[in-house]
Amino acid sequence: MNQAWRMLARDWRAGELRVLALALAIAVASVTSVAFFADRVGQVLVRDAHQLLGADLVLVSDHPWNPEISREIQERGLEGAAALNFVSMAFAGERNQLAGVKAVTPNYPLRGRLRIAPAPGAPDAPAERGPEKGSVWLDEQLVSGLGAPVGSRVRLGRAELRVAAVLTLEPERSANFFNIAPRLMMNAEDVPATTLIQTGSRVWYYLYAAGRPEQVNAFDQFIKPRLERGQHSENLETGRPRVRESIDRAERFLGLTALLAAVLAGVAIALGTRRFVERHLDGCAVMRCLGATQRRLVWLYGLEFSLLGFAACAAGVVLGFIAQQAIGAALSELLRSELPAPGALPAVQGFLVGLVLLLGFAMPPLLRLKNVPAVRVMRRESAPNTNYYFSYLVGALAFGGMLIWQAGDLKLGGYVVGGFAAAVLVFFAMAWAVLKLLTRPAVVRGFGRRLRYGLINLRRHARGNAVQVASLALGLTAVLLLTFTRNDLVDAWRRSAPPDAPNRFLVGVQPDQLKEVQTFFDSKNIVRPELYPMVRARLVAVNGRPVSEADYAEERAKRLVEREFNLSYMTELPSHNQIAAGRWLDPGAAELSVEQGIAERLGWRLGDELTWTVGGESFSARITSLRRLRWDSMKVNFFVIAPPRVLAGMPTSFVSAFRVEPGGEAVLNELSQRFPNLTIVDVAAAVRQAQEVIDQLVNAVQFIFLFTLGAGLLVLYTALVATEDERRREAAVMRVYGASRAQVTGAQRVEFLAMGAVAGILASLGAAAIGQLLARRVFELDLPPSAALWIAGPLAGIALLSLNAWLSSRKVLRASPAATLRDSV
Amino acid sequence: MHINNHVLSARGIGKTVKSGESDLVILREIDLAVTPGEAVAVVGASGSGKSTLLAILAGLDTPSAGSVSIEGSELFSLDEDERAELRGRSVGFVFQSFQLLPALTALENVMLPFELSGQNDAEAQAREMLVRVGLGERLQHYPKHLSGGEQQRVALARAFVVRPKLLFADEPTGSLDAESGAAVIRLLFEMNREYGTTLVLVTHDEQLASKCARVLRLAAGRIVS
Repeated sequence: MNQAWRMLARDWRAGELRVLALALAIAVASVTSVAFFADRVGQVLVRDAHQLLGADLVLVSDHPWNPEISREIQERGLEGAAALNFVSMAFAGERNQLAGVKAVTPNYPLRGRLRIAPAPGAPDAPAERGPEKGSVWLDEQLVSGLGAPVGSRVRLGRAELRVAAVLTLEPERSANFFNIAPRLMMNAEDVPATTLIQTGSRVWYYLYAAGRPEQVNAFDQFIKPRLERGQHSENLETGRPRVRESIDRAERFLGLTALLAAVLAGVAIALGTRRFVERHLDGCAVMRCLGATQRRLVWLYGLEFSLLGFAACAAGVVLGFIAQQAIGAALSELLRSELPAPGALPAVQGFLVGLVLLLGFAMPPLLRLKNVPAVRVMRRESAPNTNYYFSYLVGALAFGGMLIWQAGDLKLGGYVVGGFAAAVLVFFAMAWAVLKLLTRPAVVRGFGRRLRYGLINLRRHARGNAVQVASLALGLTAVLLLTFTRNDLVDAWRRSAPPDAPNRFLVGVQPDQLKEVQTFFDSKNIVRPELYPMVRARLVAVNGRPVSEADYAEERAKRLVEREFNLSYMTELPSHNQIAAGRWLDPGAAELSVEQGIAERLGWRLGDELTWTVGGESFSARITSLRRLRWDSMKVNFFVIAPPRVLAGMPTSFVSAFRVEPGGEAVLNELSQRFPNLTIVDVAAAVRQAQEVIDQLVNAVQFIFLFTLGAGLLVLYTALVATEDERRREAAVMRVYGASRAQVTGAQRVEFLAMGAVAGILASLGAAAIGQLLARRVFELDLPPSAALWIAGPLAGIALLSLNAWLSSRKVLRASPAATLRDSV
Repeated sequence: MHINNHVLSARGIGKTVKSGESDLVILREIDLAVTPGEAVAVVGASGSGKSTLLAILAGLDTPSAGSVSIEGSELFSLDEDERAELRGRSVGFVFQSFQLLPALTALENVMLPFELSGQNDAEAQAREMLVRVGLGERLQHYPKHLSGGEQQRVALARAFVVRPKLLFADEPTGSLDAESGAAVIRLLFEMNREYGTTLVLVTHDEQLASKCARVLRLAAGRIVS
């Protein structure tokens, strides 16, 4: 052990191991930063599960519960509470804001506590019961958004209510991190007075139950088979499955990204260890002469690397801990919970990743040392035979396994592993091809002397240079994607809306309000918005066969089928829709026109008969056309349209989209005051809010991508350093034969400039290609080429490679030619 | 020859290597024996096989034929690790290219044999030996800061610090100028006498060879005198 420590100290002193340690630390930091953060988020979900549910059992429905259920809860001796959840405009004076309204019975919550404060920022205290009748509690964001402090009054629908407190903690909400509409909590008894719950309103109805475990379980067994479509239950075990799912997905994505950084670091470790081994071959031969056995050598070097690994992993864990604090800070506005301190398991995960890296990437070249023949002291050409590629295969397989495990899904893991491997190969192949093409003798001949020598060198080291270029390109692609491409996509989306596109959605116009609303717009000299009828219907059968969410494997399909659809009826095809297949509706027939994408997702075809229920009544109609929609036109769009004869007479509300020029907000206020049940959504504001959420998420993810870039730079550096000895000798020989320092540096500069430019261009190409793929296939946008991307990529590549080159090449030129040549003998 | 009295003996040593399509015979039917304390020089022109012979005698390389024993142990009936252990106990080396570890100071280079055998009191002995070779002021210097002659003196210190029974030297002055070479030779023989080591020396330098008690001349793979 002492000898291993001594060897570690000496090799560290000689600068042999710093890059290896750094690569390992970066890999571990990358993985642990995500793991620490995920651990804290996970703890919030697990911590006091009752608190998160607000009860022992929660029943959720998209339509009102049968009163018998509440009676059943009481009869079984359970405590019961209820709540409604919906979105509505809240008004205070001239200001208005979209609010997430929760109307609760006084005994809510049955588990956990609400906390309130007398003012924003003031110390809070637990509340014994929910808001009193006639009063509301607002969260801080809503207080400042409405300018409505405690004591002031706010209007919700037709009701005016007093702001009684600032809501600082709502247990259920802490599990639903990404809330866009700030909370307004009210007493359930005040809801009728608001007149907000009307036909077409989207409301979630909650029933809460709490009691002894056996009572709760018995009730759970009773209610499960009686749950209708659009209803589900949640208990302590299932927790919040939907929230958990989205968090799991986000964690998996982050974890995968972090692991990719670790893989790159593994490559740096492999390259660095190879160089270490090559520089220690002679030393090992001497030690064999001095009496060291093979086993002792393996033991000593293995121990040395283990000690280094342990220290580097520890440093990585600390770095990861600091980084996850930064991630938490970047997401602090989104996260409405106080995150607890992380546990120790992520640190263990970090060490595990470090161990796999060491065993998979450092051990194979290290083992070469044990086979160093002692006779190498006298015959330099004696070197142990090794086939590196098989031994690296083990490391690669181990990492592939970890990536698949992290993905949590064989298919996704396979895509990630395959995609990454493909990206590496494509970048490497392209880099190698470009370097070879650029340096063909016919091309090189056309340049001056200095340039020519640099280009010749580029060709000579083509394979090694291609590795450097590919690794830098990989890291740069990630960063370019997150900066330029992200902005370009958002800009393209913004631009895709025509300048006169609607910027407000109007929801909830009742049939008896139609004329009045239209008259209102006329009186304000605003072009009458087109009011579309909307009927909420539930799909019950396809071609006579009952359908349920269980029929679909894909999450989005399940969600679509479980919820109610918003159907509409009209005689003319809307101007912003196009028939993709079939023919438009026959007004006299029971027909449907369906959006193309949803038909594909749910497996519907032309001619299929769909059966629906609307408030107890059912009807069937056949699909006669598929439509293509322009979602970015900001006009109202419907997945399913029927002729009037199919849906007229069913419970209907009307929706519209219209444009209000800046300065026209007073008109909206007046509209809301005249028709308090209407919800007016400010599209621009909603988009801005969504943009902020995306920005914060991307900032958090960027941290992880920075690790990837850092690891890529390390690969670059180790690859450069691996050729350092050779470059030094070449430079010495050049100078012996008359080249000036300027000529030598000039040649090397040409080499690195070319490599940096190629890496940058490849990265721009990668980011542009992925951007186009996302734009066309996912967002259905036109993404024009970005000049900034194509300038930034090569510039960044040149800058980064020059920095790396400067760091590794200083030594090349400092030593005198004689000293260099003597050392290399 | 009585094997029991010899610290080093070799019988029927031959070495053949493949060179392209044909076999190249480097050594043929070499017999030799060295008594304790003797200084033997092996001389020959470049390519005569002297370094190959030295490597085989030291157990660093395996012969195609024949056997070697050091202190009565048949070298090639031992495995590589057992040979390494034997070297650690009984054999010292001095090389033409010094073979110092560049990341270690002069002191640490001399301490290395002790550290490898697990001894913890290496420093004092190493220090003493470096003073002995005249490098008491250069203990903390790295090989790159030492001249060729100084590096070879560090190598001598490293070789002698374990008081080996047998010392192999392969062209110890081959990389040195005349003056440094002479100084190194003087030290080598002084320490050899002081510690009673048996010396087997390979050289093309006739003057160096003349300082040894016996000179074996190699030509075309055979000992000719």
